Amino acid sequence: MIILFNYLIFPGFLFSACIGLIAGWIDRKVTARIQWRVGPPWYQNFVDIVKLLGKETIIPQGAAKLTFLLSPFLGLLSAVLVSTILGVTARLPLESFAGDLIVVLYLLIIPAIAIIIGASSSRNPLASVGASREMKLVLGYELPFILSIIVVIIKSAGTIQIGSILNHQINFGSNLASWSGILAFMVTIFCMQAKLGFVPFDMSEAEQEIMAGVFIEYSGLPLAIFKLTKAILLYTMPLLLIILFWGSNLTPLALIGKYTALLVIIILIKNTNPRLRIDQALRFFWGPVTILAVIAVILAILGY
Amino acid sequence: MNLKLKALTKSIWVFHAATSPCNNCDIEVLDLITPRYDVERFGIVLVGSVRHADALLVTGVPNYKTKERLKKLYSQAPKPCLVVAIGGCACGRVMFRDSYNSPCAVDEIVPVDVYIPGCPPKPEAMIAGIAKLIQKVRGQK
Repeated sequence: MIILFNYLIFPGFLFSACIGLIAGWIDRKVTARIQWRVGPPWYQNFVDIVKLLGKETIIPQGAAKLTFLLSPFLGLLSAVLVSTILGVTARLPLESFAGDLIVVLYLLIIPAIAIIIGASSSRNPLASVGASREMKLVLGYELPFILSIIVVIIKSAGTIQIGSILNHQINFGSNLASWSGILAFMVTIFCMQAKLGFVPFDMSEAEQEIMAGVFIEYSGLPLAIFKLTKAILLYTMPLLLIILFWGSNLTPLALIGKYTALLVIIILIKNTNPRLRIDQALRFFWGPVTILAVIAVILAILGY
Repeated sequence: MNLKLKALTKSIWVFHAATSPCNNCDIEVLDLITPRYDVERFGIVLVGSVRHADALLVTGVPNYKTKERLKKLYSQAPKPCLVVAIGGCACGRVMFRDSYNSPCAVDEIVPVDVYIPGCPPKPEAMIAGIAKLIQKVRGQK
């Protein structure tokens, strides 16, 4: 019963969807203010979701019907599971289980995989272009992301349990307060931007060149589910970064402050950069970012 | 009035269907998302794919080729889908009425919900037209 409540309501689906949609509104509003516009009202993203639920769902002719309709739910389920695990751990660090960091890492890839599966089952050439770009992007950012998670594991004495990583930070100060921690944090911020599909790395759903790419054939309910998944990831990814790197003080007020700071960083990167080509993005992730992550790992082994 | 239509009027995602216009109306449509008019205040966003669209903005006089395209676009859009005819050409073909490559007007191909005349219509006129469209969808006078 408590597990169901956790999954569906408090740190899980309802809570994270609301926070994510409001964060999405903050993103749109700040973007509008930067461009000297007024921007939408605060309930805009909720209205968008409700409207999409009321629209007709079209399945393109010749598409794999079951895969096309089920893949959005696959992404949503895993994103909600991540937000539940992280939310429960942030509240009660002792309740986590051994190895949940590995589970979270695997679950965080599934939304991207769901997008790839859905796009390739829709039988649209532009969607398959988008899917191939998304696939390359996943290959690009997973390597530095996992390297910088290894930094965290080394820093907290080899544990792979999120609760004990938090406890270690509460006892010995946050991971961000060291050279290797700062480097790894920078790397994860780039990877987070790519995982969220925000502007320098949004080539898989480029609206101008491939017309929303991976989402081109989606309408109605499945599109709303994809939007919800993106919103929940917008809440989950910064929370994961805070827990792993900045977790010395997790009172609600401090948590809100840290989340807002990360959100501001995301929005600033989004609004001051043009879209990269996929080859530039791959070169960026496998070149400078991976080198940075490797340096962070070496520093962490040396004890800095 | 039900929730579905209310949500639709609060967040209209528009798709730009250019059926051989002279590009004048299209530039005026793009004026709507600039800081001066900023229709994102009302939740109106330009989308790239017709599957996400709630309203088709049709500009120009359909010819033999774009006529078929417009028919296809309308059948590809998820219903409820609104159609807005922008500019004198889309409203009534003005001086291209007797032209050899103008088979029919826009409203003979797809059901048009609101006409916004002008050559090109001012952005203010388009916002007024959209406001009338919202009133029509909500069933108000």
